[in-house]
Amino acid sequence: MRCIKCRGKASVELRRHNSSFCSPHYLEFVRNQLGRNVKRLRMFTPEDRILVAVSGGKDSLALWDLLLDAGYSAAGLHIQLGIGEYSARSAEVSRDFARSREAELIEFSLDDELGMGVPLLSRVLRRPPCSGCGLNKRYHFNKIALERGFTVVATGHNLDDEAATLMGNVLRWQREQLARQSPALESNHPQMVRKVKPLYTLTERETASYCLIRGIDYVLEECPNAKGAHSILYKDILNRIETESPGTKQQFFQGFLTRMRPALQQQQAVDLLACSKCGQPTTGEICSYCRVKDRAHNYVAANAPNGASGRDA
Amino acid sequence: MDVIIRNPVRRELQLQGSRRVKQLLKELDLNPESHIVIRGESLLTGDEMLRDEDRVEILSAISGG
Repeated sequence: MRCIKCRGKASVELRRHNSSFCSPHYLEFVRNQLGRNVKRLRMFTPEDRILVAVSGGKDSLALWDLLLDAGYSAAGLHIQLGIGEYSARSAEVSRDFARSREAELIEFSLDDELGMGVPLLSRVLRRPPCSGCGLNKRYHFNKIALERGFTVVATGHNLDDEAATLMGNVLRWQREQLARQSPALESNHPQMVRKVKPLYTLTERETASYCLIRGIDYVLEECPNAKGAHSILYKDILNRIETESPGTKQQFFQGFLTRMRPALQQQQAVDLLACSKCGQPTTGEICSYCRVKDRAHNYVAANAPNGASGRDA
Repeated sequence: MDVIIRNPVRRELQLQGSRRVKQLLKELDLNPESHIVIRGESLLTGDEMLRDEDRVEILSAISGG
C-alpha cells in the first residue's frame, strides 16, 4: 500500500477516508485534523492558556504533544485516582512526558483531597467506580483551571469515545446528556471554563498510531475498573459495523452534531446556580461533588478514630 | 512467525506460513479497526505480507471506562 501524498510505503491505512499515509504524512494528517477542528469550532486561540487533562493514556498524551508542537500554551493536569499500580504507572508516564517536553504538569491527589481513592469511594457511595471517578475529574478539571487562570480545558476524547457515548445516550434516550454532548462546550456560568475535545474526529487506532510513530510512551494497560464497562461494548459493536461499512462512526457522530443537537439545545435551557458550599456551578443548592466529599469525609471520620487516613491499600 | 498480542494482556503465539496482516487479524478474531500490527519499528497496513522469520506485535487501541 502506498502513501497517497508521496507514493512511499504506507504505514497507516484510513479506510473511512479512502487513504493511506507514510509515517511523516500521517503525522501531517493528524496535525491538520487538530488544526481544522480547533478552527472550525473556535476551540481556542494562541492567546488562550490551555489546561490539558492528562491521564497518561494515548489520547491525552497525543493531544498534549500536538498542542505543544503547534506552539500553544498548554500545561497538563494529572489527577491521581488511587487505583493501585494502574494509577502509579499513569502518574509516572505523565511525569516522564512532561519532563521530556519541558512542560508544566500539575498533579492533584484524590487521596489528599478526600482521604480515599476511587476504589474506596465507590464502596462508600455504593456507586460504580467510573461514576465517582468521572464526577471527580469533571469537578477538579474545572476548579483547578479557574484557580490557576487557565481559559480552556482540553481533553483527549476521540471519535470512538464520542460515538460510544452517543450510542449509550441514544439507547437510553438520555435527552439532557444528548443536549450537552459536544466537542466544544462554551462556558455558561462565570465559574465554568470552556471545555474542548480537539481529537474528536480521530479514532483510537489513529491516536495510538500517532503515539507509536512519535515514540510517545503511553499507558497500554486498561484501567481495572473499565472491565465490563458499557463504553467498551459499544466501541466493539461500532467497530464491527465500521469494518463492514467504513465511515459509519464518523457519520453517526457528525450527523448528530449537525442535524440533531441544534434541535435538542433549543429545548434545553438550564439556569446554573453557584454551589452554596464551594461556589462551583450546579443546578441545585449544593453541587454533586460537595455531597460526595461530605460522604467521604464522614466515612473517614467514622472509620479512622485513631488518626488513620482511611486510604485504600 | 512470533506473534505477541497485547490486548492489553500479553500473550505469545507461534504461527507457521506466510500470510497478510489482514489475514492474521482475521485468524485471531481481532478487529482491524481497533488493533495495530507492528514489525520492528514499523506500523503495518493490512496488505503487508508476513513471513515465517518475522516477529510482530499486535496492540489493542481500545480503552474505556
